[in-house]
Amino acid sequence: MSRHLLSAADLTREDALLVLDTAEEMALVEERTVKKLPTLRGRTVVNLFFEDSTRTRTSFELAAKRLSADVINFSAKGSSVSKGETLKDTALTLEAMGADAIVIRHAWSGAPVNLARWVHGSVVNAGDGTHEHPTQALLDAFTMRRRLGRVEGLKVTIVGDVLHSRVARSNVLLLSTLGADVTLVAPPTLLPVGVESWPAQVSYDLDAVLAKSDVVMMLRVQRERMGAAYFPSQREYARRYGLDVRRASALHDDAVVMHPGPMVRGMEIAPEVADGVRSTIVEQVRNGVSVRMAVLYLLLGGASPAIGGDA
Amino acid sequence: MNYLVRDVRPYGEGEPVDVRLVDGAIAEIGTGLSDGDSRVYAGGGAVLLPGLVDLHTHLREPGREDAETVETGTLAAALGGFTAVHAMANTDPVADTAGVVEQVWRLGQEAGHCDVAPVGAVTVGLRGEQMAELGTMADSAARVRVFSDDGTCVSDASLMRRALEYVKAFDGVIAQHAQEPRLTVGAQMNEGVVSSRLGLTGWPAVAEEAVIARDCLLAAHVGSRLHVCHVSTAGSVELIRWAKSKGWDVTAEVTPHHLVLTDDLAASYDPVFKVNPPLRTAADVAALRAGLADGTIDCVATDNAPHALEDKEAEWGAALPGMTGLETALGIVAETMVLPGRLTWRQVAERLSSTPARIGRLEGHGRPLAVGEPANLCLVDEAAPWTVDAATMATRSRNTPFAGRSLPVGVRATFLRGTPTVLDGAPA
Repeated sequence: MSRHLLSAADLTREDALLVLDTAEEMALVEERTVKKLPTLRGRTVVNLFFEDSTRTRTSFELAAKRLSADVINFSAKGSSVSKGETLKDTALTLEAMGADAIVIRHAWSGAPVNLARWVHGSVVNAGDGTHEHPTQALLDAFTMRRRLGRVEGLKVTIVGDVLHSRVARSNVLLLSTLGADVTLVAPPTLLPVGVESWPAQVSYDLDAVLAKSDVVMMLRVQRERMGAAYFPSQREYARRYGLDVRRASALHDDAVVMHPGPMVRGMEIAPEVADGVRSTIVEQVRNGVSVRMAVLYLLLGGASPAIGGDA
Repeated sequence: MNYLVRDVRPYGEGEPVDVRLVDGAIAEIGTGLSDGDSRVYAGGGAVLLPGLVDLHTHLREPGREDAETVETGTLAAALGGFTAVHAMANTDPVADTAGVVEQVWRLGQEAGHCDVAPVGAVTVGLRGEQMAELGTMADSAARVRVFSDDGTCVSDASLMRRALEYVKAFDGVIAQHAQEPRLTVGAQMNEGVVSSRLGLTGWPAVAEEAVIARDCLLAAHVGSRLHVCHVSTAGSVELIRWAKSKGWDVTAEVTPHHLVLTDDLAASYDPVFKVNPPLRTAADVAALRAGLADGTIDCVATDNAPHALEDKEAEWGAALPGMTGLETALGIVAETMVLPGRLTWRQVAERLSSTPARIGRLEGHGRPLAVGEPANLCLVDEAAPWTVDAATMATRSRNTPFAGRSLPVGVRATFLRGTPTVLDGAPA
């Protein structure tokens, strides 16, 4: 693996499988009473969050702590960033304090790429603007593999606001690397111009693709998109693109329903479906910690075995 | 001081000649001229062109003297072979009154590196609401003839129509930055395959083309002159070709960077490649080159846009758009147009000197290389490749997208009314 994880496109098939296999080892730790490895003892991981995201930040924090790293949470709110300090100055400051890895969440697409130019440590993209969220794609692939035994050959349908979704971009890249067959479903207004160049099929008709899907991944749709005329109303969106009970019943028996969260119940997904047996939503959260442990370990720990190796 | 410039080839044509400059004008052209009382400058077989004229430069003074001043910007211009530049109005305060345009004009005179023709804002404060005092700026010492809200588009169709009409009284022209604002809310780069991948909000070609189409129709309706700034798309070239075929008085410019750079450079998220209008696709670049070659696009203008380091060393979305270009313009034109045989040096003289001078109604610039004409000259070394180094340029800013690039020709010397501003590639 390269030094940073900025895009799902950075991962070769071998890299991605190594992360997933390592995450399986990490998941074993979760079953122990003492859920902690000494692997990253003495290393410092900074969570640099310019956007509020309690769930992602907590997941990374837990992952680093379970590997015994020292963790600093650096939130843009109340820090020098809100006083006009640039990303570069923040980066240099954190590096001077000895950060071995910086996990960054930022509202601007590409900010992790900029950051990686200014620091010597590893940079992990924890979501940048409408660009990518590679650890989300890894945890989604991990969840698919655990539920369905494989990723290769799966028919994965991603539904919702693809245009503004970093989850969709990373998933399309990673899933195609791993050999899955991806279909994007959205109203045409929520698909980017240029989507035809992506390694994915595109459909405007959810009902037409559901029966063939092994995985349905629902994306969050923000209500404020209505104001910008992406769709007329929440009701019409839910009617055409929401995964309600009737639609879910069209899925085959083994198909799973995923959502990266936070979800809008009643908008893109019905509560009965979100809480149903097909849903992997809670597993995704749990798997997120294992996958992020694997990523931090592989970026910082080098080639030694994850469990029982040198700290 | 009179100069005898020896061994130069006017328009790169024919055998070398000597050119004597007396009292700011070309006094003699011939072979084997005697030194007389002239100081002799060896031209080394350089191509002799009329001094270049830029219709579109940001000099940043007043307001952002940390990014550029009239002094540093015009020195950069002279080093690039320019003897006149049009300074855009988006300063702070905005150049929307006679006071500001006269200040900028005087600063140019005092610096003495090249003439500065201020561009006046079309609307007060560039706000697109109320017409600025265009006539007063035209009548001022700065003699403003080009008006533009560059950076913001005069998007209100009624206001644009009135501005086009109003400037007819003093033979002015509206230079429009064509950008439909509602189609470019939050826009960061060309909308297409690359933007879809990078998750950057798209700036669609149609947002430029729709305004150009509308403005051409408005100019035709009221019988006015329209100049289209920094054309960037293949569709825009088509529209301008169509407008010209109707006989309408529409002119257009293209920047050097749009002749060579493409939107895939944004994949680095390096804001040095962020510019407005954005870098487009290879197909657009090809159409722009063809349009410049066949005359659909009248001239090259730099849109030189210096920015302080902190405004570029940032996240892509937070960085300001713009690139410097005065010192590299001729090199890029040579690389993309002259060496591949799309333009002769005589045509370069049209597109970078006589045509922009005519559009800007600039007296004394863009004149033929002939006895009695003003001695505004540029000497180009054809076989003098050099490597662009952002740190050693005359501009106060470092945001050149061409750092590290080798350019095939260099400016050997520039003369402003017979006085050298640049000799041997360095400030005279």
